[in-house]
Amino acid sequence: MSAILLLEDATVFKGRSFGAKGIKCGEVVFNTSMTGYQEILTDPSYNEQIVTMTYPLIGNYGTNPLDVESRRVFVSGFIVKENCEYPSNWRNKHSLSEYLEKKRIVGLEGIDTRRLVKHIREKGAMRGIISSTEMRIGELSKQLEKYPGLVDRDIVKNVSMKKPYKWDKGTVDVLEDTELKPKPKYKVVAYDFGVKQNILRMLRSAGCEVTVVPGNTSAKDVLKYKPDGVFLSNGPGDPAPVSYAAQNVRKLLGKVPIFGICLGHQILALAMGGKTYKLKFGHRGANHPVMNLKTKAVEITSQNHGFCVDIDSFDKKDVELTHINLNDNTLEGFRCKKVPAFCVQYHPEASPGPHDSSYLFEEFTQLMDKARKS
Amino acid sequence: MPKRKDIKKILIIGSGPIVIGQACEFDYSGAQACKALRKEGFKVVLVNSNPATIMTDPELAHRTYIEPITPEFVEKIIKKERPDSLLPTLGGQTGLNTAVELAESGVLKKYGVKLLGANLRSIKKAEERDRFKKTIEDCGLLVPKSGFAHSWEEAEKVIEHVGFPAIIRPSYTLGGSGGNVAYNMEEYRKYIDWGLHLSPRTQVLVEESVVGWKEYELEVMRDRKDNVVIVCSIENLDIMGIHTGDSVTVAPAQTLTDKEYQIMRDASLKIIRAIGVETGGSNIQFAVNPKNGKLYVIEMNPRVSRSSALASKATGFPIAKIASLLAVGYTLDEITNDITKVTPVCFEPTIDYCVVKWPRFTFEKFPNTNPELTVQMKSVGEAMSIGRTFKESLQKAIRSLEIDRYSLDSKYIPQGLSLSEIKAKLKSNCWDKLWYVAEALRRKMTVEQVNELTMIDMWFLNNINDIIKMERKIGSKKPEKLTKGFLQSIKEYGFSDKFIAAKTGTTELAIREKRLEKGVQPVYKTVDTCGAEFEAHTPYLYSTYEDECESNPTNRRKVMILGGGPNRIGQGIEFDYCCVHAAFALKEIGVESIMVNCNPETVSTDYDTSDRLYFEPLTFEDVMSIVDVEKPDGVIVQFGGQTPLKLAVALEKAGVKIIGTSPDSIDRAEDRKRFNRLVHKLKLRQPYSGTAVNYEQTLKIANKLGYPLLIRPSFVLGGRAMEIVYDESSLKKVVENAIAASGKHPILIDKFLDDATELDVDAISDGERVVIGGIMEHIEEAGVHSGDSACVLPPVSIKKKVIKELKRQTKELAKNLKVKGLINIQFAVKDDVVYILEVNPRASRTIPFVSKSIGVPLAKLAAKVMAGKTLDELGFTKEVERGYFSVKEAVFPFLKFPGIDTLLGPEMLSTGEVMGISDDFGIAFAKSQLAASNFLPTGGKVFISVKDRDKAKGVEVARQLHEMGFKICATRGTCINLINNNVPAEFVLKVDEGRPNVVDTIINGEVDLIINTTVGKQAIIDSFSIRRTALDRQVPYVTTMRGAMAVSKAIEALQQHKIGVKAVQLYYR
Repeated sequence: MSAILLLEDATVFKGRSFGAKGIKCGEVVFNTSMTGYQEILTDPSYNEQIVTMTYPLIGNYGTNPLDVESRRVFVSGFIVKENCEYPSNWRNKHSLSEYLEKKRIVGLEGIDTRRLVKHIREKGAMRGIISSTEMRIGELSKQLEKYPGLVDRDIVKNVSMKKPYKWDKGTVDVLEDTELKPKPKYKVVAYDFGVKQNILRMLRSAGCEVTVVPGNTSAKDVLKYKPDGVFLSNGPGDPAPVSYAAQNVRKLLGKVPIFGICLGHQILALAMGGKTYKLKFGHRGANHPVMNLKTKAVEITSQNHGFCVDIDSFDKKDVELTHINLNDNTLEGFRCKKVPAFCVQYHPEASPGPHDSSYLFEEFTQLMDKARKS
Repeated sequence: MPKRKDIKKILIIGSGPIVIGQACEFDYSGAQACKALRKEGFKVVLVNSNPATIMTDPELAHRTYIEPITPEFVEKIIKKERPDSLLPTLGGQTGLNTAVELAESGVLKKYGVKLLGANLRSIKKAEERDRFKKTIEDCGLLVPKSGFAHSWEEAEKVIEHVGFPAIIRPSYTLGGSGGNVAYNMEEYRKYIDWGLHLSPRTQVLVEESVVGWKEYELEVMRDRKDNVVIVCSIENLDIMGIHTGDSVTVAPAQTLTDKEYQIMRDASLKIIRAIGVETGGSNIQFAVNPKNGKLYVIEMNPRVSRSSALASKATGFPIAKIASLLAVGYTLDEITNDITKVTPVCFEPTIDYCVVKWPRFTFEKFPNTNPELTVQMKSVGEAMSIGRTFKESLQKAIRSLEIDRYSLDSKYIPQGLSLSEIKAKLKSNCWDKLWYVAEALRRKMTVEQVNELTMIDMWFLNNINDIIKMERKIGSKKPEKLTKGFLQSIKEYGFSDKFIAAKTGTTELAIREKRLEKGVQPVYKTVDTCGAEFEAHTPYLYSTYEDECESNPTNRRKVMILGGGPNRIGQGIEFDYCCVHAAFALKEIGVESIMVNCNPETVSTDYDTSDRLYFEPLTFEDVMSIVDVEKPDGVIVQFGGQTPLKLAVALEKAGVKIIGTSPDSIDRAEDRKRFNRLVHKLKLRQPYSGTAVNYEQTLKIANKLGYPLLIRPSFVLGGRAMEIVYDESSLKKVVENAIAASGKHPILIDKFLDDATELDVDAISDGERVVIGGIMEHIEEAGVHSGDSACVLPPVSIKKKVIKELKRQTKELAKNLKVKGLINIQFAVKDDVVYILEVNPRASRTIPFVSKSIGVPLAKLAAKVMAGKTLDELGFTKEVERGYFSVKEAVFPFLKFPGIDTLLGPEMLSTGEVMGISDDFGIAFAKSQLAASNFLPTGGKVFISVKDRDKAKGVEVARQLHEMGFKICATRGTCINLINNNVPAEFVLKVDEGRPNVVDTIINGEVDLIINTTVGKQAIIDSFSIRRTALDRQVPYVTTMRGAMAVSKAIEALQQHKIGVKAVQLYYR
């Protein structure tokens, strides 16, 4: 069975279909992580994106019920060089193609993914349409034209849960089958802009009692929970049109310690008067070096963002830059000087990726401790 | 942090000769270190006894000592050079052990030398099993149950809690030397005894066996700011229980989820910090239970290792270079990635292809040894391949091995095996198990059944099953039925043209033409460290069958160099050395160099050695595909050993321009009949000889020539299947072997010149002028393979007029063969008469040795000649004569193969070589012996047992040794002869004469030197235990009379002189 990818610049990739049958538009991006495809598939930040894995052999270890980052698969399409139909791993439950089929995600395999990646690297991330049902370029092109892309659109509302809920799961040691769940010491309200569950697990394992609230919850409603801290989650798309979030955060600043990750970082930046812009093809992978400017130590980080905070858009009176990407010197984190709030662009919760930055969850609890004392 | 200010002069210890477990990967690492540190402005002092290395080229270090790598010699060098630091982590286990000894004995402290990279404490934490175990357990990680024993009594206690099966590993040995798995008490006792003896510290580790678990390795780097990165993960296809050096391995890890991989990554970070490796690379091995993911830490090397070389080539991340920079104070974020040129090396490479490493074995050289794989490494080399899928990469790896196998086809295993025989093979640890796996799947065994028998992970087996399924689809299709789409999909699976041709009943060339006609051609992708996220500026390429080709060939004048492929006995680092020099030479004269090779251990496969690097198998198909894209102005086939040479004719026929000596000239030298005509024309002399294609013909010739005879196949390197036959009774078997090894070519039968002196001459010719590079006199008599014989340059016992004649003949031959480049000729001299044994109009194994001896890079000059320069233009018009002696000695892998004899013969068995230099021949020879770990005694007792023909010379040697204060003991015949000649000798029983016999006295440590020459089948069998015991007990032994005479001279020199050290740069002045 064949499948096809058409890009907005009319480039076509023809290959084989796997997973579900269907047709879908999205922004075509690539991820350079060699492991963690199931986490990537279920990460809400990939909403409206067609993800290409640079590593060619995907599906080798299948899928399992534990390695998920949300309630469903969020990518619009999934592209690999070779999909593995015979996964081998002691935790495997379903092959990748079974999984995608069940989750109704269109997969494309057997294309020169490196050519596609180089194309995106050179031309930038762009809109595309993936299909395993309609093969006529003209028809696909018509549909693609209608797709608006990510810029200036609020797609957080597509992925954020509509109602608040309590989160009470900690991180799990897969070898020992144990869950880390200390007695809660802090009440944290987490804004769900498309939150990855591993953030919630790590908050819980750091001793937080976590309440997750929809992304458009007002500051007033958040404060009603009497939280020790507020967490701003990751999420998909362009931060600028999610202006309500920045407005709410502005109202929370100074009242309660704040920690943001990814989109949360961008929202905090906007709240602090910063600006964001779209990167050419984004950062998606698990090997990006980030320097902690305080300690000068380098963390190998997990990344997933197409937009970025303009490093020069801040008033340095209010904001201290704390982290920087060594590949392209873009901003990876900052701290507010006058109020207890900090954030990072990358993913300290990893999943997938290295655990070098998990200390940030402790910094958040320390910040809450400090706020409590004062 | 910028580089350290407290370092000015750094000593680097190399790894010495190529041995199993320590090959040219340490030339790669040492050469990178020298280059990087020199560039940073440090003074670099290097010691390495191996002349066949790039690192010992005089321009790489400020001072290069080709001296034995022993603590005594390194101390002399330290005393002379007064370096302020020592970098111990780039010279393999040899370099590390030597550094540890120098640190422990206080030498480093005495001379104020700092250890860089790893301190003594961390080295010991990693290397000493009990400390390692404690460190790991303190990290909250698991290690297999284990215990140490220093005696049998302790060993008995240890096994009680470890249980069977148990692995016995002697401490502080190379490549797991002496490691074994014991399944019962009897085996246990045997292996404990052996292991205790082998360990330099009389210590063995007894360890719980995790046979059948999955094996992984992570390559880790740390800088002094405590930044840690993982360079590469490796998953073994072979299960735990097979040494990782002998395992087929894959990068990156394939069957770990991110959660599991991160657990391993976290563990690695914890371990490198806990062990305390301050800066540099380490490799950490893990075992994983496939049923529940349980993780054991197996081992950690706190240094650059074979796996580091593999990881470097697999990712494009130059570990050794970066380790060197980290050692002098840089941090990972301060070093720029050579390939992207914009990002720092403080990152973790991500790859978008699959790498397969496959070990190369030479069991055919050791027919009396068990070819099963165990925890002790037995492979002599490895090939690496890169493809976009595992299937493609696996099949490329097979043809990279150059074992004349081009697929997993059933024709490579014995025909007519029953299913139960195949199942037995699946359960065994035979080196070629994957062919049986393929056959089992072909015969419809399920993947699950194969998994049950082999314990190989299902992922690998299913991939192989895919290959078998595709093989079925190819079936016996007619060539004209091969559509474009189908051909493309076969090629995507990595099938070779040769295989497709065999299946479809046509020729390799026909398939190639069909492909080209249909536009099915490989494209070339770049190894870029980053999965295409950043632009790559280094053309490091591999082939695959996809859409986009990234090769972007230039319009420059360019020459392609074909490398030597995986290391093996007979073809190793010497040829890589030559290829690297060819690349350097081309660069110097402004010609673009394109390297093709598939050996990850080498300097030639460094991305900065040549202008462009193709990491590809060296087969006709793969080379032609590169030629199609690059369209080189010429190809050099004469530098990489037999591998590229074998391709020469086919390449030329396909229209490729071979530069230098023409393939026709090469053929004239290799083809016996054509060569005979040449020798006849020039009125030169050869031992009487003939050629034959079967036993009957051979017998006829044998009767005409008379015995002894030298029988050998043509077109093979390293004397494969070459033997001396003394009578008709053993002729048949020898002839059969030679015919098998010779393939389509006839076998060669020579009258063997008994007790002649053999000489090697290396020369260079530009077609007009011939200049002698060097003449080497073999220490051992003719009949010992030139690669196994020690030799001295210049000759010590050959008359001037004979040498003149040798030179004359060399020049005549070179001119008549129209040699443009290098030529090597082997002569035998008997009673001052010169005989020609062999002519090789190509780079020989001795080129690096000669180059290091005379201080002239012959291979580099030759490459320039091949590219069109004259010797006149290059300023090399006269033979270089030096006033000192250089001795080359061979190094053997006997210890790794229990049960094999150590006698030398016409089949090459050595894996590597060392060199000793001195103004005095005796000292030069003594140094070569020390460097080869033959620790000659200066006193004590010598056991002498010689064959009848050697009796007279035996007396001479015995008398010399007696006069030097040695006690002599001998078996009956020799003893009587000595006493009759007034040399006092004790009598000792032969093995079959009762006890205590000679073997008992060796075991009891009463003998310090053994001289044992022997002839004839029965005598060889009778004296085998003497030689083997000597080897196992590490008593120096000599098996030829001429060797004994040289040893006697060396001992005399050792007694009389204090041996000094001198850098080669000073010798060349």
